[in-house]
Amino acid sequence: MANSQSLATEEIQVPALAALPALSVRDLTVAYDRQPVLWSVDYVSPSSGLTAIVGPNGAGKSTFIKACLDLVPRLSGEVRFFGEPLRKRRRQVGYVPQRSSVDWQFPVTVLEVVAMGRYGFIGWCLPVSRRHRNAAMECLEKVGMADLAGRQIGQLSGGQQQRVFLARALAQEAQIYFMDEPFAGVDAATERAVIDVLKSLDDEGKTVICVHHDLQTVADYFSSVLMLNLTKIADGPVATTLTQENIARTYRGRVHDLNLRA
Amino acid sequence: MDGALSVALEVLTFRAGYNASVVTLGATCLGVAAGVVGTFTFLRRRALISDAMSHATLPGVVLAFLLGIAFGLEQRNLPLLLAGAAVTGGLGVFLVQLITRSSRITEDAAIGIVLSVFYGLGVVLLTYVQSLSVGGQAGLESFILGQTAAMRRDEAIALAILALAAIVSTVLLFKEFRLVCFDAEFARGLGWPVFRIDLLMAGLSVFVTVIGLQTVGLILIVALLILPPVAARFWSDDLRTIVILSGCIGGASAWIGAALSAAFADLPTGGIIVLVAGVLFVVSLLLAPRRGAVANGWRRMSLAFRLRRDRALAELLAAEREAGPITIGQQARLWLILSGYLRNGRLTPLGRQRAMAADRNFRLWEEVLRSDRAMVPPEAAFGIDPVERLLSTEQLRSLERGLLRPAGPEHAS
Repeated sequence: MANSQSLATEEIQVPALAALPALSVRDLTVAYDRQPVLWSVDYVSPSSGLTAIVGPNGAGKSTFIKACLDLVPRLSGEVRFFGEPLRKRRRQVGYVPQRSSVDWQFPVTVLEVVAMGRYGFIGWCLPVSRRHRNAAMECLEKVGMADLAGRQIGQLSGGQQQRVFLARALAQEAQIYFMDEPFAGVDAATERAVIDVLKSLDDEGKTVICVHHDLQTVADYFSSVLMLNLTKIADGPVATTLTQENIARTYRGRVHDLNLRA
Repeated sequence: MDGALSVALEVLTFRAGYNASVVTLGATCLGVAAGVVGTFTFLRRRALISDAMSHATLPGVVLAFLLGIAFGLEQRNLPLLLAGAAVTGGLGVFLVQLITRSSRITEDAAIGIVLSVFYGLGVVLLTYVQSLSVGGQAGLESFILGQTAAMRRDEAIALAILALAAIVSTVLLFKEFRLVCFDAEFARGLGWPVFRIDLLMAGLSVFVTVIGLQTVGLILIVALLILPPVAARFWSDDLRTIVILSGCIGGASAWIGAALSAAFADLPTGGIIVLVAGVLFVVSLLLAPRRGAVANGWRRMSLAFRLRRDRALAELLAAEREAGPITIGQQARLWLILSGYLRNGRLTPLGRQRAMAADRNFRLWEEVLRSDRAMVPPEAAFGIDPVERLLSTEQLRSLERGLLRPAGPEHAS
């Protein structure tokens, strides 16, 4: 695909980056007002595979992502992407929020929204060229939305809007992606699109970290897991980490009747 | 009256002499700039901050005048006055942000505070200046409501050039402004300096306000920033089109307004310009296709009508099948008779055909509700638009399978 070709030319730092962990977090503590939401979390992302963040409601899963992205202030801690702080690696970090709080009546088409993912490659005052529009179109195809490219963003269903933001993150050609509950409340077509995108990102060697609340399907989609509840309970490969014992510790017995798949 | 109208016509067609033509041209450029810059102010939801900002220019104008006297500049020095306006206008915007960020006061209250206090200060200073025995202070009052007649030829040319500069800057920054207006958080994530882009946007609207002080006046300039984009939004969903249209509406308002006020010399230019913009807004609000009030009302009425007709037809069909009582209302009955669907209390062949189609469509829609709502586009009229036209054959087939299921195994083959 033309897309992977342009990737190769634009990401010249890949060999250097590959040696460093995509995300390393040390002593991350976040508080809203005075109550801590995350307490001294240390974490290093695995060198390959997709990672799920699991934990009960209010465990700080979304906050973990937002604190990594500087969207909420942290009390202490250090977050590094490929060994550098966020401000030096912003373009290599993609984020798909659970539900964007944009103005859905905004006069912008689906393709124009996805093309915004390319703005990191375009300088000040320069228009979006055909090359970037084509790249955006390819990303729309990947999420099965190419036929709706000309629609105003508010004319889409919720799942379709979610896929547009997924496509926009793809257009960014980041090296590490954060997604907040990509499977929550989506229709069948969107679920398929998310699975396909996750697979292809994994094949391209990108790091993907998703908040995921459904313990039943963790093993289906993800190879690693980070278990959070205020503090880090455990992290590692799904097979050895997502044990009954760790689940009981993460959920503090609130899901004892949960039967995991073998 | 006749004479005034012919003067207006002459100004409109730029034949009223060089001076009037230049002033009208300057005003028109200002209108276009306000429409173009205002589109982004409106989309970023900063329209009211612009109002606080424009009122905050008054103390700046008067202070600059006093400063001019102190340094022995004679009469009114326009660039100095406008610089003073820009300084306190900018300060007003900054204070609104500061109050909102550093206290629990909400933005609307902060805007009210800054607007009234700065304007009050301006009025007090103005009264003081008017008691002084120096020349030139009479012109200061024209900044409040605007007076094109007071404008000199070179000032009008400068106004046109500055307005064009504002337009060119906005066009150049179109991509950045759209990004920040639509999703500032994502823009930050991409590494764009959102704060600086916002500053540029606010700076451009201060700039347009300041150069518009003479023409429209500080009380009404905000209307020229807001009315054109809001009117333009009714006509299009495409931002480029909206920006162009908004510029045209702003330009046309200023052009027509300036011509009218040249003809009726005692009318304030600013008020006339804003009234023209107001008329264009009302026309857009009412008559725009799709988004206008008339089109909206018509669409809602026709939806309700079609739904009631189809429901009545389906009910008649059910009543005929089960030999039950007919329960539809008088209005629906009358309409069905007029359409030729109902005669002597029974469905005509044409009526039966329509009724069966409506009945099937209702069932399909209910099946859509049961299976996957997301398969139909959200703008489809629920229960009314034919499901067949909205779905692919494959989707339709699976829906029909769902419809047949409760009917029993004999239909399954």
